[in-house]
Amino acid sequence: MSASSVLGVSGEERDDFTKEESRQIRRRSLRLLGSLLGPLKVRVAWTMLVVIVSTASQVAGPALIAYGIDSALPAVIDRGDWMPTFLIVGVYLVTGLVGAVLIAWYTVLSARISQAILIDLRKRVFRQTQKLSLEFHESYTSGRIISRQTSDLDSIRELLDSGINQLVSGALYMGFTGLALFLLDWTSGLVLLVSLVPLLILTRWFQKRSQAVFRETRVQSARVIVQFVETMTGIRAVKAFRKEKRNEEAFGAVVEDYRDANARAIKLFGIFDPGLVLIGNLTVAAVLLVGGFRVVDGAIEIGALLAAVLYTRRFFDPMEEMAMFYNSYQSAAAALEKISGVLEERPSVPDPTSPIDLWTARGHVSFEEVRFAYNADSVVLPQFTLDIPAGQTIALVGTTGAGKSTLAKLISRFYDPTEGRVLLDGVDLRLLHPKDLRRAIVMVTQEAYLFSGTVADNIALGKPGASADEIRRAAQAVGAHEFIEALPNGYETDVNKRGGRVSAGQRQLISFARAFLADPSVLILDEATASLDIPSERLVQEALQTLLSDRTAVIIAHRLSTVAIADRVLVMEHGQIVEDGTPAQLIAGTGRFARMHAAWRDSLV
Amino acid sequence: MPERTPPSAAGPRKLGTAAALWRIYPWAKPAVPSIALGMGAALVAALVALSIPLVLENLVDSALENGDGAGIWPAVLVVAGLGIVEAIMIALRRWFVLTPGTHVEARLRNSFYEKLQDLPVAFHDRWQSGQLLSRAMTDLNLIRRWLAFGLVLFVVNTVTIVVGAVVLFTWSPLLGAIFIACAVPIWIYGFVFEKKYSLIARRSQDQAGDLATTVEESVHGIRVLKAFGRGSYALDNFAHQAESLRGTEIEKAKAIAGIWYWLLLLPDIAFALCLLGGVWLASTGELSVAQLFAFFATAAILRFPIESIGFLLAMTFDTRTASDRFFEVMNEINTITDPERPSHVEDVRGRLVFDDVHFRFQDTPVGQPDLLDGVDLELEPGETMALIGITGSGKSTLTALTTRLYEVTGGRILIDGVDIRDLSRLELRRHMAMAFEDATLFSASIRENVLLGRDDLDLHSPEADAVLEEALDIAQAGFARELPQGVETTVGEEGLSLSGGQRQRLALARAVAANPAVLVLDDPLSALDVDTEALVEAALRRVLASTTALIVAHRPSTVMLADRVALLEKGRITAVGTHSSLLASSEHYRFVISSLDDDDPAVSAPAEGDGRQEVSS
Repeated sequence: MSASSVLGVSGEERDDFTKEESRQIRRRSLRLLGSLLGPLKVRVAWTMLVVIVSTASQVAGPALIAYGIDSALPAVIDRGDWMPTFLIVGVYLVTGLVGAVLIAWYTVLSARISQAILIDLRKRVFRQTQKLSLEFHESYTSGRIISRQTSDLDSIRELLDSGINQLVSGALYMGFTGLALFLLDWTSGLVLLVSLVPLLILTRWFQKRSQAVFRETRVQSARVIVQFVETMTGIRAVKAFRKEKRNEEAFGAVVEDYRDANARAIKLFGIFDPGLVLIGNLTVAAVLLVGGFRVVDGAIEIGALLAAVLYTRRFFDPMEEMAMFYNSYQSAAAALEKISGVLEERPSVPDPTSPIDLWTARGHVSFEEVRFAYNADSVVLPQFTLDIPAGQTIALVGTTGAGKSTLAKLISRFYDPTEGRVLLDGVDLRLLHPKDLRRAIVMVTQEAYLFSGTVADNIALGKPGASADEIRRAAQAVGAHEFIEALPNGYETDVNKRGGRVSAGQRQLISFARAFLADPSVLILDEATASLDIPSERLVQEALQTLLSDRTAVIIAHRLSTVAIADRVLVMEHGQIVEDGTPAQLIAGTGRFARMHAAWRDSLV
Repeated sequence: MPERTPPSAAGPRKLGTAAALWRIYPWAKPAVPSIALGMGAALVAALVALSIPLVLENLVDSALENGDGAGIWPAVLVVAGLGIVEAIMIALRRWFVLTPGTHVEARLRNSFYEKLQDLPVAFHDRWQSGQLLSRAMTDLNLIRRWLAFGLVLFVVNTVTIVVGAVVLFTWSPLLGAIFIACAVPIWIYGFVFEKKYSLIARRSQDQAGDLATTVEESVHGIRVLKAFGRGSYALDNFAHQAESLRGTEIEKAKAIAGIWYWLLLLPDIAFALCLLGGVWLASTGELSVAQLFAFFATAAILRFPIESIGFLLAMTFDTRTASDRFFEVMNEINTITDPERPSHVEDVRGRLVFDDVHFRFQDTPVGQPDLLDGVDLELEPGETMALIGITGSGKSTLTALTTRLYEVTGGRILIDGVDIRDLSRLELRRHMAMAFEDATLFSASIRENVLLGRDDLDLHSPEADAVLEEALDIAQAGFARELPQGVETTVGEEGLSLSGGQRQRLALARAVAANPAVLVLDDPLSALDVDTEALVEAALRRVLASTTALIVAHRPSTVMLADRVALLEKGRITAVGTHSSLLASSEHYRFVISSLDDDDPAVSAPAEGDGRQEVSS
């Protein structure tokens, strides 16, 4: 039934969908739309009611004036009776006031609805982004996910902001006017009905063409964003290697593609919109023609013809707005397709359906016949079994690419094993409640990412709601306190984007403090001290010795000084654990570790 | 992560809306003639639309009055003709305006990007990238739509209203006056509206930018968030920000509702009063019934332009704040620029001199000394100097000064006797190449990434191949050849994800391939394992024999690469010498570099006296 070629984000950049794929994508975005509107049903109905009444009061205006001229005026002229006039003016003022109040109210009501939808959608995409596994993020660039959440949401916001308003009031206006025309003169009404045929054909044409073009604008806008984000994130390297000119060319090219796609979308609308006006105007002429001969025949009065012609014209008045609605709808639909694709992605590391709680973890980690492979040809970790008793500190050493990080990522459940199980205190990680898993197991990596906000905020990430005192103690414990105090505002210093003014080593210290504050039962350090200078590292080591005394730790480090605090060393090579023992045992032996250790000692002062 | 305010929101001077929007002119200039033509077409379309009901009325009356069918066809043809003209004019308006509008947007976007690339790193440290992104995308998009649509309709509708008002006035001065009098409060309210709305619009756009920043960080920092299981915490934060934005948007809707209210109510009051006045005028015989009809027919047509003013005003003010946000960046003064008449280094030898170099971040508190407080250091051509200091001592900053990623705040840096500020940045960065600790690779092939600094080479020429191979060899990045498409494999975000160590080696290869006179390496081997590091070092030694190099180092092994070592302490170079002489003479140096713990709990090997340590006496 469903083609996997367009499942989730696959095929996202294509624009040559088959009918079946197109239908599948459309169904998926409509489902999303439905689920967004679902909770708002009552509010939507209420808003509709408001807009119906206000549109009715607007349509009533001309009728009241006609009545005034037809009946109230003769009353004044013939009888000097001003009562009907005052009545009409009074009623007119009231409907005007009601109409204005209702429209103002409607504006706020519809804003509430569209904002409710937007916030719902924003949160869903954000939550989904967080939920999707690392594997997804490694292939789906950050620029693309950012563009899903910014420019795609923008076009949906546009639709909601003005589009719905246009649609509802336009459709109602046309409905009321058409009805009035039928009541007045059904022949003219038939002419109007006939005019709907070319109208539908034109609309269908526009729908088909614009769908493809708007899809392309979404893809191209994402490309612009990808290039933009990449440049700004890597601005230092851009400058250092004089990439500016080449970047300008590359950026200019994607901008031009985006512009071109936009221009094509706009041009389609540039045909659609005047086409509608043309149909409308020709219909007016047709009504005039048909009616004119009927007047000559004496079938209808001149006044009735005049009214019929004016109604016909008025029927097409909101057409431009409707066309604009349709235009924003097509644009938003393309965006919704992309977003629904992201939302459809299933995390390869899913949350358990019936999670097992583990209130207090002891920290016993074991691998049972675990095998890990990205795909059939590239086995990263061949089958192995490993038991890490609670409280043990393990040093994981080996060359780059030996699989150390992968092993660490299996413990922290960034990945799930292809075969076998990873257990914490006897519970399969896949069944463990995510909250408990993350509380029990924390991983600190070499890339110490800082979020914008203060230093204190960044440390507090380890334990939301931590007191200033706790934060300070964590920083002191890892030796970060001094440099933080020296910053312009101490703990309240804004680290800004990517921690530009905080050095790599300092960032690592902050992320260490973060881990310290998190206080997990199992701590994984993946090259977490690589950027530290020796005195800082020594401080961290000391802190670690206290910190790790009663918890499980897996430490990956190239600098073998870390081994000093380990109870046990695992040497890895090509995904396999080739040596396993206490540091003293291994150093005393003649294996790889003994050689590495000797080389390392040599390299020291 | 609390709410953030954009760095320089709400500047002190406040331009009028027209003046603020006029700043776009240089970019819009090529499109101005076609925008004018588009306005002309739109005006004709509007006037045709205005005339159609009147023409209809006249035609119907005159053609059918005498009851013969002869007049019908001409009347129908005139109406159809006018209808076709209107449609053509609308098509022309779009045709004239829209494509040039997209070009304006593209030009603005390219200029913005160019400016951002030109602005110094300090600017980028200060600005959140989401704020920049939302300017580059949402704001510029808005400007384009305003130019192509808002501006044109605003002018055309205003003209239509004025023309319509004049027509009304000629029909009946009294009724016309009533109509115009009712428009006065709209104008007054318009001014109130501008003040109120502009503020909210600005806030909403800034909040949207903040939201974009949060989104960006949540993606870039996904590993940290996952590692700590802080996804829901981040979501709460994000939701909080999104809620603020929602509040602002609803406030904005309320402001719009306010102006809508008046824009709808006042014409209705005018109509009611005109009806009253019209009936009176007609009863006294001053106005015929037909004229009264015509008056209302015309007035009715003016309703849409009047109502549209609310929407167009809102759009104009939105665009105004968008342009403010755009110009905040464009008007940013670049503090690191090329000199007017750049000097050249004629004979590049690679002598690098720091002469009393000072540097402090702008926001450093007054009492604190400069981060770099008078650095004096000389690197002879071909010399390799290691830079040592504790974390946060300013080593990385010092290296960033050499390529003017940051600018010295005092003193100078000379390359072969020329102040680096007298060179064009292009030339300077050709002489010096850097490898950063956090190795940024771009979404491109390995070949392109490694040869990034060699814009003088044709990427696929044999020379390029040779340079590439050598650089990969030196950096021990041979793994690149085993990747699925070898050196043509795309890496970086859009490609294969590599490990930290692999990326670092490619970044090193990139610096080496640039074949600079001076090589600046900021802790380039930190992510490498001991074996690989040894191999890289051995290979680097060959390159460094002929290249001046400044290497930030943490490990003794890296220091071994250097001819001399400079110790950075409290913002100054407190000691320069060979590793062994510094070990002997400087206590701080020993503190920074010596890693052996005497009370090593697990490793029972002797702590000192082994290895290649040779303390010269």
